[in-house]
Amino acid sequence: MPPMLEITNLHVSADGREILKGVDLVVNAGEVHAIMGPNGSGKSTLAQALAGHPAYVITQGSVRYEGRDLLDMDPEERAQAGVFLAFQYPVAIRGVTNAYFLRSALNAIRKVRGEPELDPMDFIQVLEEKLRAIGWDDSFIHRPVNEGFSGGEKKRNEILQMAVLEPKLAVLDETDSGLDIDALQTVAEAVNRLRSPSRATVVVTHYQRLLNYIVPDFVHVLVDGRIARSGDKALALELEEKGYDWVKPEAAVA
Amino acid sequence: MTSIEARVLQPYKYGFVTDIESELAPAGLNDDIIRLISQKKGEPEWMLEWRLKAYRHWLTMPEPKWANVRYGPIDYQAIHYYAAPKQRKQFTSLDEVDPKLLETFERLGIPISEQKRLAGVAVDAVFDSVSVATTFKETLAKAGVIFLPISEAIREHPDLVRKWLGSVVPYNDNFFAALNSAVFTDGSFAYIPKGVRCPMELSTYFRINAQATGQFERTLIVAEEGSYVSYLEGCSAPSRDENQLHAAVVELVALDDAEIKYSTIQNWYPGDEEGKGGIYNFVTKRGKCAGRNSKISWTQVETGSAITWKYPGCILQGDNSIGEFYSVAVTNNRQQADTGTKMIHLGKNTRSTIVSKGISAGHGQNTYRGLVKIMKGADGARNYSQCDSMLIGDQCGAHTFPYIDVRNSSAIMEHEASTSKIGEDQIFYLRQRGLKAEDAVSMIVNGFCKEVFRALPMEFAVEAQNLLSISLEGSVG
Repeated sequence: MPPMLEITNLHVSADGREILKGVDLVVNAGEVHAIMGPNGSGKSTLAQALAGHPAYVITQGSVRYEGRDLLDMDPEERAQAGVFLAFQYPVAIRGVTNAYFLRSALNAIRKVRGEPELDPMDFIQVLEEKLRAIGWDDSFIHRPVNEGFSGGEKKRNEILQMAVLEPKLAVLDETDSGLDIDALQTVAEAVNRLRSPSRATVVVTHYQRLLNYIVPDFVHVLVDGRIARSGDKALALELEEKGYDWVKPEAAVA
Repeated sequence: MTSIEARVLQPYKYGFVTDIESELAPAGLNDDIIRLISQKKGEPEWMLEWRLKAYRHWLTMPEPKWANVRYGPIDYQAIHYYAAPKQRKQFTSLDEVDPKLLETFERLGIPISEQKRLAGVAVDAVFDSVSVATTFKETLAKAGVIFLPISEAIREHPDLVRKWLGSVVPYNDNFFAALNSAVFTDGSFAYIPKGVRCPMELSTYFRINAQATGQFERTLIVAEEGSYVSYLEGCSAPSRDENQLHAAVVELVALDDAEIKYSTIQNWYPGDEEGKGGIYNFVTKRGKCAGRNSKISWTQVETGSAITWKYPGCILQGDNSIGEFYSVAVTNNRQQADTGTKMIHLGKNTRSTIVSKGISAGHGQNTYRGLVKIMKGADGARNYSQCDSMLIGDQCGAHTFPYIDVRNSSAIMEHEASTSKIGEDQIFYLRQRGLKAEDAVSMIVNGFCKEVFRALPMEFAVEAQNLLSISLEGSVG
């Protein structure tokens, strides 16, 4: 079976400036990878570029998702193929309830898979099932998407969407930023409950703290647009102790 | 963004011309043309005099220039004030109507054919200056409801018309109302007797077909004590290079405990991307809540016209009367709109609600202009106003001019306003969840307009949503 995600020599620019300068990464189904790095290293860029954000221009390299050319796919095609991005700064959509939005999204994906669309009644049942599975209540369902949500609520909403859409590749972009310990644990627990042998998760994070709850199989350190070092969860602990400067000279060599 | 920009703007699909013989009066405006119109309509003498009085007054009025819209000078002498498709005089069944005419209405989706009667909507279709057919006359007649082209009403119910015509919008109200009063050629007349809840939604469809004509329709709806009526107006026009003037007048009167719901879906030809051609939609619409506990609601979805200039308003004369205005106005490409409402509180404990949603895209310029006036005797008046603007792209404009004139200290006024932008981020967020770009825009815009769509009669809420998506295609950038 080909790797779920294969990134080869990826170069990405934004506003004419090169941010990713040759990233290589392989992620297999069932794995959890953490991407860490100092500010400006390109972590979010990597996450957004994988999702297909139009502001990021791929200047070199390739990304294969389940053997397909991911870069050739529109953002919605990537989503329909099972790629999910939990945004660092989720936007609000006024006047559109979570239930309506999620049902539309799920139906768009189901349509591509040749599955029948769900009507509002059926969908609410699916939604409640998912909420139970991650241990949350239904207070979000009829609120407009992210409107008036606190930071923590927005991050939780991202994970709820992930639970409903059942992606194969989930990329979490600094899901822990702005969360207090309780919120962090709630989010982490939900993510853990969604782990499966057929799903891969890429967790982008600045701090090691999240990785106490979402334990990674692999940790990669992104510095100046390249992966400077890879290891297992022990690497994350080493970074917490020593900081990022410790890694940088190695990046320069690479 | 590039993939959205690359999408071709949906061409205006109602831009076709019906190849049918028209009877066309010579261009220009003078006493003779007015007499011609009156004669063609078989009007009584008082009606002709009313028209001439309005015309004389119009000649003395300067054309208003205060709106936040720009347009070239209108040559009033170059317009044909009467155009009618040539066909037999009277007809009792649709079989007698020119089939090409019926075909036009079918293309427009107007339920004028026999099969569509089952849908239960009474339709009065106006083709240029003439109302082609009015269906459901018998059903309505049983309930005592009168629903006729106004030209027929003037002949068959002259006293009724004479009593109310001009009582809400007098001929000297403004320049375009005066012009309309002189040259109006048709429109709807509806009269709901005491205590009657009109058994079906009344609907009128206007279409401007002949070149260089103006459409000056006049509508009058009177709801007697305790009655209710819901009326829908829909409009379209063919694509032409020159601009066409649409200066209509709508008057509504609601007596004690009566309610009138007036909904408009306007999709007049908006002009091309360069701003060439398109309808000038200069309309005076006003409702008088004459009776106690009466209510008038205006709901409009304006997506067409090169220029829209209208302020459907309510005079809240009766105690406890209620006026409502729900509006979605879209300006895309080079369209301009200066629209809003006027709520005049006269009686006691009156309430008005204003919800205005302006959407600007392309180089569109959208202006909300609203007046809430609380007169001295209007104790306990309440107003709630909400004006929201949405900007799509960075070449368009949204402007708001709220006027609040309060002369009674017991009034309670609430005003909210917001401006937002559909950004790339919102579109991307929805795409990342599996939605196509145009569905994303649709979802965002519908969410923005939700409160207004909820006020529309159900069948038309769907049409409004579709119209909105079509008029905004190709706009995100």
